[in-house]
Amino acid sequence: MLKVNEIDVYYGAIHALKKLSLEVEQGSIVTLIGANGAGKTTTLKTISGLLRPRSGSIIFKGVDITKVPPEKIVAMGISQVPEGRRVFAGMTVLENLEMGAYLRKDKKGIAKDLEEVFDRFPRLKERRKQLAGTLSGGEQQMLAIGRALMARPSLLLMDEPSMGLAPLLVKEIFEIIKDINNRGTTILLVEQNAHMALSIADKAYVLETGEIVLSGQAGELMKSEEVKKAYLGG
Amino acid sequence: MLELMQQIVNGLSLGAIYALIALGYTMVYGIIKLINFAHGDVMMVGAYVGFFSVSMLGTNIVVAMIFAMLACALLGVIIEKVAYKPLRRATRIAALITAIGVSLFLEYTTIFFLTPQQRIFPQGTFPVQDYSLAGISVSNKDIFIFISAILLMVILQFIVKNTKTGKAMRAVSEDKDAAVLMGINVDNTISVTFAIGSALAAAAGVMIGVYYNTINPLMGILPGLKAFVAAVLGGIGIIPGAMVGGFILGILETLVSGYGNSLYRDAVAFGILILILLIKPTGIFGKNTGEKV
Repeated sequence: MLKVNEIDVYYGAIHALKKLSLEVEQGSIVTLIGANGAGKTTTLKTISGLLRPRSGSIIFKGVDITKVPPEKIVAMGISQVPEGRRVFAGMTVLENLEMGAYLRKDKKGIAKDLEEVFDRFPRLKERRKQLAGTLSGGEQQMLAIGRALMARPSLLLMDEPSMGLAPLLVKEIFEIIKDINNRGTTILLVEQNAHMALSIADKAYVLETGEIVLSGQAGELMKSEEVKKAYLGG
Repeated sequence: MLELMQQIVNGLSLGAIYALIALGYTMVYGIIKLINFAHGDVMMVGAYVGFFSVSMLGTNIVVAMIFAMLACALLGVIIEKVAYKPLRRATRIAALITAIGVSLFLEYTTIFFLTPQQRIFPQGTFPVQDYSLAGISVSNKDIFIFISAILLMVILQFIVKNTKTGKAMRAVSEDKDAAVLMGINVDNTISVTFAIGSALAAAAGVMIGVYYNTINPLMGILPGLKAFVAAVLGGIGIIPGAMVGGFILGILETLVSGYGNSLYRDAVAFGILILILLIKPTGIFGKNTGEKV
């Protein structure tokens, strides 16, 4: 479904991604794990079109999207739950969700998806008129996920959805991710919480200073000595 | 007491004009963090379009205002595309200096083509009539300015609160990257913001024409700066703040002219700016959030 071929991305003089390649198969959960500053967020931003690779290509559903503007990429079916949630703090919960469906014109479908998001996150329904900035961290994460789902994406990019959440909430968020995937959305998940990420993913890539150093089935990586040592705490 | 009421009523129309100009300042600041110092001059161009619409095409003042708004909406979009868009990633000071350049360009291009002479609206453009209500006198000029300004503000508020475009404008103001991830076209949204802000300024320009009856190529400077003060007073980037700030400034100015010395009018306006910056730089409606990183 998504194929990233040897992309090189620079921040000014800094070589942030070095010949990075990865592949996401339809229907799967793929996780990208690695330490802070390894280039995980950069990878997602490049797929979304917010950053441009200097070389290499990104193919989505057989179409080269390397030079496609970001708003068109959303229209093609890639949504992102950005790092740090980035909800529109001064807008209501409902308005945030409406923004997620910005490109859609099917009013009925939008209303149905809105109901679905509210079913999944009843807290958001209770607070639909509240400003997003007044929500708790966990609620904001749910809003960010709901907002991305409102675009009805076929591929959902998630950047550190567990960041800054209490352990109980982290578990809940991962269950939600699993459930979204079960309902047919393909997921590329970036995480620092390697243990949780590997436990729900099908395939995993390990990123170190802009390069993929390991990849394979998530279950196998979980048993790998290197991964255990570096990312799973022994 | 009656005189105070009278002064406040007098200040309402001036305040409405400031509020309309301040809205453009604040909307543009909200979306691209630029103090568009050419904004007052867009208002001046609007006044001229209105003037020629009345004097050459013989339209009434309402039609003139609509022409002026359309012309300036286009002008605003062109200014943004030509002057500011190439600087989207440049430092803020570069954009600010460019804005001053655009301001001078508009002023002196107008002088070049239309001479620096002031122009007077033809007789009978707006036949003035005074009414007396419970001892307070108001002219139909004031009523016209006040009502059309309020109407425009209501329309603006509706657009920003309820339409898809308005919501996109707010989303882009809050977080450009997140807005892009929603599929919002940021460039188009910025263009729409310039178009709306400039159209409001044009309406204000025609109103100033009605208010003072004369226009000239440098007429935008002082009202532009005062509207900027009004925007800062209300909290720059905050739409209701610009409206409230505009009215406060207009009424204060009228009070100073009425009770003190009209020569101090401008000093009071800029004195207010200094005071806000010292006491509450975020303005009346501003929250102390600091810059998000």
